Amino acid sequence: MSRASHTAGDISLVFSGEAGQGLQTLEQLVTRLFKRAGYHVFSYSEVMSRIRGGNNTTRLRISSRRVACCLRRIDILVPLHAGAMARLREGITPETVILGDPAFIDAAYRDGSQPVVEVPLAEMAREAGGDIYLNVLLAGLLSGLFCLDEALLEDLIGEFFGKAGEDRVGRNLEAARRGYGRGSHVLKAGQVLPFPERSEEARRELLLTGVDAVGIGGLAGGCSFVSSYPMSPSTGLLLFYARHAQEFGLVVEQAEDEISAINMALGAWYAGGKALVTTSGGGFSLMVEGLSLAGSIESPVVIHLGQRPGPATGLPTRTEQADLEHALYSGHGEFPRLILAPGTLKEGYDLARHAFFMADRFQIPVFILTDQYFLEGLCTVGSLDIPSREQESFIVETDAGYRRYRLTEDGVSPRGIPGFGSGLVCVDSDEHDETGHITEDSRVRADMVDKRLRKIESVKQACIPPTLTGSEDFRHLVVGWGSTFAVVREALDVLKRTDLAFLHFSQVYPLHPAAAGIMKRAERRIILENNATAQLGKLIRQQTGIGFEGRILKYDGFPFLLEEVVERLEVLL
Amino acid sequence: MDASDFDLPGPLDIAWCPGCGNYHILAALKSALARLGIQPGALVVVSGIGQAAKAPQYLKTNFFNGLHGRSLPVASAVKAANPGLTVIAESGDGCMYGEGGNHLLHAIRRNPDITAIVHNNMVYALTKGQASPTSLRGFVTPVQVSGTCQDPFNPLAIAVALDASFVARAFAGDEEETAGILKRAISHKGFALVDIFQNCVTFNRVNTFQWFKSHTYYVDGSYDPSDRDAAFSTVVRTDRFALGVLYLGSGKPTFSECQGMRDTPLHRHRVNREKIAALLEAKRA
Repeated sequence: MSRASHTAGDISLVFSGEAGQGLQTLEQLVTRLFKRAGYHVFSYSEVMSRIRGGNNTTRLRISSRRVACCLRRIDILVPLHAGAMARLREGITPETVILGDPAFIDAAYRDGSQPVVEVPLAEMAREAGGDIYLNVLLAGLLSGLFCLDEALLEDLIGEFFGKAGEDRVGRNLEAARRGYGRGSHVLKAGQVLPFPERSEEARRELLLTGVDAVGIGGLAGGCSFVSSYPMSPSTGLLLFYARHAQEFGLVVEQAEDEISAINMALGAWYAGGKALVTTSGGGFSLMVEGLSLAGSIESPVVIHLGQRPGPATGLPTRTEQADLEHALYSGHGEFPRLILAPGTLKEGYDLARHAFFMADRFQIPVFILTDQYFLEGLCTVGSLDIPSREQESFIVETDAGYRRYRLTEDGVSPRGIPGFGSGLVCVDSDEHDETGHITEDSRVRADMVDKRLRKIESVKQACIPPTLTGSEDFRHLVVGWGSTFAVVREALDVLKRTDLAFLHFSQVYPLHPAAAGIMKRAERRIILENNATAQLGKLIRQQTGIGFEGRILKYDGFPFLLEEVVERLEVLL
Repeated sequence: MDASDFDLPGPLDIAWCPGCGNYHILAALKSALARLGIQPGALVVVSGIGQAAKAPQYLKTNFFNGLHGRSLPVASAVKAANPGLTVIAESGDGCMYGEGGNHLLHAIRRNPDITAIVHNNMVYALTKGQASPTSLRGFVTPVQVSGTCQDPFNPLAIAVALDASFVARAFAGDEEETAGILKRAISHKGFALVDIFQNCVTFNRVNTFQWFKSHTYYVDGSYDPSDRDAAFSTVVRTDRFALGVLYLGSGKPTFSECQGMRDTPLHRHRVNREKIAALLEAKRA
């Protein structure tokens, strides 16, 4: 892809450092700075599973329009340790500005043909008081480079370090100002790219991670109980709820293991709470028996499954979409479930809310299937809908003759809770009769299986349709799900073809009844997934008989880059 | 109230063998609950899987008959979600000490205000006679064909080591004493572990009713359950096993207290739209 066609209004800035250097602080500072200045930002950090050393990279896009995927192309590269550039060569173009300590800039780029700005960052940080000021210094440098208002920088530093005391704020301000001065000087050298336009609209946007979106959506859905065991990349959501537990009156507990976590969640729902568990592949494996219990006792439960590459421990800090089949086929026995997979942060919020509604309404397990890339990406988002009224409660007050599993037309029995009403609420993992007591009566058994499976029809009525974007008269159709929405959407914008469209599923199970009709309209279908075996593709084929002529799969632990999708589509089209 | 207030309308198709210790434990539990004046509607009994775990099926109560080994996490969460309920977790030695051993350790640490009743017959009965974690060394079964060569799990020693808030042992054969111990356990604030020896008439021909009679004794009035060292010496004795309330912990906060919970049950929790709006507003900065 030619860079000129795409850089207008869109700068790709990459920092590459070691674990422990504080890249996370830098990312937080810089994304806020640029958003406050009126830019749309998207940021994604990829880190190694270690506390010190290695190489961590933050990819930041500063743009005049909302963007939500990673670029291969690097416009400004800031290497922060020796060897930082080794893994980034493919993104370096002849126009990439390499900025930083001469010691960290590979010799190959210092023959004069590459725009290089040597800034003795380490020395400047030491002058400002030590290595810990490097991040603030860099934030200042970039502010100067982009001619941001220096007051924005000073305000942010004040907010960030205010709690640490006046002395810390003062030292950080000093470092930031040094950086700012140097950054303004770089600009004068005329070595930087055209800046994207700023807008009031961007200034007013929300700046969210996937964790924030799902977390706040869960609160809006009525979440009142969270029990989980830490596992990357799902831990962020546990942290989110722990941080807000007191304010929102939630019970948040770190369980001794995932088995306990999901059993606690089921206990909480049974007694009137609305519970969520957050986990990743291996942790979810431990929850599977509990999932089946939810199926048997017809308990609602919301399972946030943040995917990372497996099998087993796999790549703990990286991303993949390979647990769709895990979510779909896990659990012994036959029972209904719903699997949601948000593609945008707005969907992350809306679907988390929806997950609580659907779980409660139909008394089923509902999955929110995300991944490391979706959860940790930071992006500007337009407004989100705050619920205008109280979420409907599906809990009934019991009477003396209450039967928890009363056979009903749609399979949903009114759900009572202990201590609310005059009835008794009995639930059983054994096959049970309408009162919830154990039975081996074969007729009752068959009635209960039918009752449980009848609910899937109602769930299908409430299916979220897939999103169709691109050309209306498409001949070629890309099909994907979950976190790949933005990268494919932007690839279509780049390709500008009149015969290409994209069908994105944010509900992957059950599939929407209209999906087959849309897919049949295409002459050629291409499945795009961040896994090795095209799990959605297999599901679509199994459910509709529709196959795919092309496959774009990626399973190296990294998310799709925009250029990569464009190139692989060009080959297939 | 009377113990019969917890009877279900019959006839019940009970899955226990005639002469099983479970009948005595069920009767003792009904008696304890009646003496405490707990209404069936305000009681939740959570159980796992096994013959002991069927107890709530024969009791007038709310119940959650869940998975093998998992009663304690469920019971802890039920109490946290609605502190107004009386919550009992009831299961056998295999369920609580084998499959659910990790949950026991952490339930003691978490200290929810619940009572764990463990029917301890030193054998797996429902699966037809394999060794349990509490089987004595040398116990011969179809799996442990030369006799189990492991020392038995000592739940009370573990509980004292973790400073559990209430630790007791009872013998199902003594229904009245067992009811008294259960009454104290249920009214105790914090996690209460009651290990109840019982005979299995079908699969344990070693630890019979008579064996338990001759291998147990009740601690007397001079016994001080708050003396941790004495409690530890008592619970590690294996020649004769002590019965009674054997340890009272140092009064650590309960799970609900640690969570800063008010008495409001979670089903009264409402979505706070203003706070969500404020949270989103803060994300504009």
